[in-house]
Amino acid sequence: MGKRVLLIEDEPNIIEAISFILSRDGWTVHTHEDGTSAMDKVLALPPDMIILDVMLPGRSGFDILRDLRGHDVTKQTPVMMLTARGQDKDRDLAMRLGANLFMTKPFSNTEVRDHVRHLMEA
Amino acid sequence: MPNQRLVGSRIREKRLDRGLRQASVAETVGISPSYLNLIEHNRRRIGGKLLADLARVLDVDTSLLADGVDGETLDQMRGAAASVGRTVEVDRTEELAARFPGWAALIAMQAQKIAALEERGRVLTDRIAYDPQLAGSLHEVISAVSAIRSSASILVGPEELDQDWQRRFHENIHNDSIRLADSSEALIAYLEAPEGVLEQSGSPFETVENYLERSGFHIAALEEGATPAQVLKEAGLEGSPKAVLREVLNDYAQGVAQLPLAKLEKACRKHNYDPAALAQFFGVPLSVVMRRLAQLPPGKGHPPMGLVICDAAGALTFVKPAPGFTMPRSGGACPLWPLYGALSRQHQPIRMDVQMPGRNGTRALCFALAEPRAPTTFDAPPALQSMMLVIPDPPEPAAEPHPVGVSCRICPRTDCPSRREPALKGMDTQTVL
Repeated sequence: MGKRVLLIEDEPNIIEAISFILSRDGWTVHTHEDGTSAMDKVLALPPDMIILDVMLPGRSGFDILRDLRGHDVTKQTPVMMLTARGQDKDRDLAMRLGANLFMTKPFSNTEVRDHVRHLMEA
Repeated sequence: MPNQRLVGSRIREKRLDRGLRQASVAETVGISPSYLNLIEHNRRRIGGKLLADLARVLDVDTSLLADGVDGETLDQMRGAAASVGRTVEVDRTEELAARFPGWAALIAMQAQKIAALEERGRVLTDRIAYDPQLAGSLHEVISAVSAIRSSASILVGPEELDQDWQRRFHENIHNDSIRLADSSEALIAYLEAPEGVLEQSGSPFETVENYLERSGFHIAALEEGATPAQVLKEAGLEGSPKAVLREVLNDYAQGVAQLPLAKLEKACRKHNYDPAALAQFFGVPLSVVMRRLAQLPPGKGHPPMGLVICDAAGALTFVKPAPGFTMPRSGGACPLWPLYGALSRQHQPIRMDVQMPGRNGTRALCFALAEPRAPTTFDAPPALQSMMLVIPDPPEPAAEPHPVGVSCRICPRTDCPSRREPALKGMDTQTVL
């Protein structure tokens, strides 16, 4: 079984596309659509890497990232932010909170796949 | 000619600038020193050949002595120079304005227009950055585009795809394209500015002031018994400007109830527009009198009066300009204005004679008062506001007016301890002072 990637994202068709790409590349992809219970899902798995949207129902991806970096289990887990909010201030905030990578939507499938490979190898 | 009374002052200023003695100038143009002295103190009118001779001796254009330039235009021109942040001949502003009054007016007008456009830009930028409805619409569009791009990329990729997956991604693209069309349509509808919205895209305070300016800050309908609600409806403002105007109209109507116009006008002439005397005469708060004085009808022989109000943070929330006393809408006014001094002396009225920079800088009599704008309560800071009534060119000016300015960037008072930023290069010359 491949390493586990958790995709926290609330757009069903984006979930399906990214899950397909990463599964085909050998990763085991888990998905979660809700911000409020995202940390429970993370701690229940826990994943080897997280792809995290910002605008999620219930709770912002930034808040989730802050919790991830404050928890012993997940403070070292690679996190790639994937968001439609591409302003500099959003990027700065994500990096300050401890994101490993910041990608904006619309994204290229190849880039997503390559970044995941790179972060898993790092 | 409005500036005729200052021709002598300008002659004196230019003579002193050039370090010439009164006696030698008088001799050169063929008049006695005592007569020149009378001219320089504006006690003799002057024109024609003598004015031209004096202009020649003083090496200035005749129009500079004859017409001068109003301080407000000069302030706006200096403000325009300050805004570009590069070296311009600020010390020759007055000369430029005197020689080319049309161009000066154009510069001043364009500076005002640029400031208004910048403010509009700021408001629209804020709208784009913080409007939750716009952010939601854009997010919807980008999400749909992302899903379409990703699904399409899978379909056209080099790797084999079984039929089930092909069908699913085709369906996804179809559904997302419908969603994209809907969300784009909604976004365009939202962005289409309704008629009149551009006129209201400055700050709410400026929009309200623009509305009030059309009637000289005098609302005849309220004076004649109309309700604030009726005037508000007629004004046709929406959103924040409407809320600001509602408060202004309510205050105005309360003032009318306490000080009806006819009685106020009669008492003003009797008490020489003295706010304290009027407050005592009518038995009303001083702040009510100050507001009402600024609401006197234009064109009825009342002296022009400006009014400026700020909140506890010093932000200007109401500006009725006074001739020659420039009130900057953005960037911060002069900290020496009694408006700000009153904030640290709540309930204590301040009367102060002030003078703008320059030998002929506008003199003004200012009355300032700071007090809570709403009832105070325990365990909460008072909602303070300070107001300042400005009467330019007071009939009995003080011998030693307090020096003030417009704002630090265009103020030549280099030694001012209240300065918060350096003045524009060229503002510190003797010509300006």
